Amino acid sequence: MEILVCIKRVPDTSENEIELNSNGNDIERDDLVYSVNEADNYAVEEALQIVAREGGNVTVVTVGSDEDDESLRREMAMGANRGVLISDEAFSSSDGKGIATILKAYVQQEHYDLILTGVQAEDSAAQIGGMLAAMLDYPFAALVNSIQVMDARKLKITREIEGGSKEVNEIELPCVLSIQTGINEPRYVGMKGIRQVASLNIPTLGLSELRVDASAVGEFAARVKREDYFVPAMGEGAEILQGSREVIIEKLIELMRAKGALK
Amino acid sequence: MTRIFAYIVHKAGVADDSAAELVAAAKMIDDAASPTAILTGYGTELDTVCGSLRDTYAEIWKVAKEDLAYPNAELVRKALLEVLPQGCILLVPHNHFGIDLSPGLSIKMNAAFVSDVVNIESIKGANLKLVRQEFGGQLSAHVRCDVSSGAVLNTRPGAFKPLEGSALNGLVLDKSPLVGALTTKRHFVETIVADAGGVDISKEPVLVSIGRGIQERDNVAIAQELADTIGAVVSCSRPVVDAKWLEKSRQVGTSGKTVKPKVYLACGISGSFQHLAGIKGNPFLVAINKNPKAPIFQVADVGIVDDLLEFLPELTNRIRESVLSKR
Repeated sequence: MEILVCIKRVPDTSENEIELNSNGNDIERDDLVYSVNEADNYAVEEALQIVAREGGNVTVVTVGSDEDDESLRREMAMGANRGVLISDEAFSSSDGKGIATILKAYVQQEHYDLILTGVQAEDSAAQIGGMLAAMLDYPFAALVNSIQVMDARKLKITREIEGGSKEVNEIELPCVLSIQTGINEPRYVGMKGIRQVASLNIPTLGLSELRVDASAVGEFAARVKREDYFVPAMGEGAEILQGSREVIIEKLIELMRAKGALK
Repeated sequence: MTRIFAYIVHKAGVADDSAAELVAAAKMIDDAASPTAILTGYGTELDTVCGSLRDTYAEIWKVAKEDLAYPNAELVRKALLEVLPQGCILLVPHNHFGIDLSPGLSIKMNAAFVSDVVNIESIKGANLKLVRQEFGGQLSAHVRCDVSSGAVLNTRPGAFKPLEGSALNGLVLDKSPLVGALTTKRHFVETIVADAGGVDISKEPVLVSIGRGIQERDNVAIAQELADTIGAVVSCSRPVVDAKWLEKSRQVGTSGKTVKPKVYLACGISGSFQHLAGIKGNPFLVAINKNPKAPIFQVADVGIVDDLLEFLPELTNRIRESVLSKR
């Protein structure tokens, strides 16, 4: 089975406090630690496990810039056979539809049985997979938390629905699935693994290679644009307990007693 | 003004809470708007839901088909495309169904798509200004959306306050004849209801709840010791279950359990809306987090900015001492 996984490099919220820049039009990007979007690692791991059982290849692709090279290599160190970087000035400031349009052009040049994305990235838009599927006229399922290959043309999948319940579906290949975190345990990537893929070639594809219509992508085509970031209004907000840790603990114990959490 | 539709999620003959929230969202786009409810489904359950919406919606469009008895997003998308007028704005709740349905629907409608909308600020011509959140709720963002050729907007459940009902005596219109035979490459098989698990956190009065801030599997014991000391139970947020440090049945949130404790200690939990949506009954909420900007501090009653790996053991020790000193 030929599997494509679409990944994204994002500011790592577990490594950074995300702050506004002085203009308020973007986040402060100096000294930010970037990582591969968490859900995308689960998608790559799932692809690797399917290929280990069924045979085939895993390709990772991202729409980004030269800095995304390290993200693709990280996933190749996990075991992906191939990395593809899609990058072009004309693609910058694309909205979700623009990104899906670019990926569609790439997919149509290749042959993939299964396309995976992470369920969502740092912007929690959760949109690229569903858009790409619609453009390709492939079936789609979001929030997938298990995949079983039934035969060369069909998968049995479960989707995460409310309250921890699951919805079982059969879906025909080729298809697009968005992968929920927790579907597997993504393998660890060490320095040694990164070194082993350091010299592998990662092709870069742009507007002309993909034969994308320039008017369908980039800032001009975007109907959805982020204008600025701001710190959300605090509402009432918590009363932040002040003082030394000892003092805070005494206050907390008192409060817990008053609320019946302690006898 | 563009016509606004609200897709009504329903189950077993009952409309989801979002049905009333979408009216409020529609009014924020256009105060004069009278949004139209649109529902897909089958049989008497569908009719019951349609009837229940007559107070909230002036017009209710019903699409009844046996194939739509279960809301398979792939089929619902095709049905909506047959029924919705071009250039309309469709509101959908941003839940597991809306995430499945809407991005692809927006492509097929050639409409703009914005997901997880938490507020609607203004509209000038076809230029709609919305608010979303990014980075797990740490920052909000204004988003401009060009609705000139229509839009699909997924709104966050709970973000829009339902308006006071004014009995509209709404009209139910059957749009089923517009929809022909539906085919799909994705077939619903069954629903597997969540396993209850060994401990029922939904009934516990005091929860020590841990999130990503617990950092390692071995650290779960720190929370367990505190819970044991005060007679509470350990629950958690999604990352702890994803990492397989606790069972799914311990997870609080939309994809986990809904809890109604009296006291909730959120330890190293950032406070995503999916997590907070699982906490009902307005408990006394204590947040312990080393990031002073964590969104959980906006909703907590009391906040403690500290490293929980140091704070919790000291708290446990102090409670033990104070209990001993009372004997």
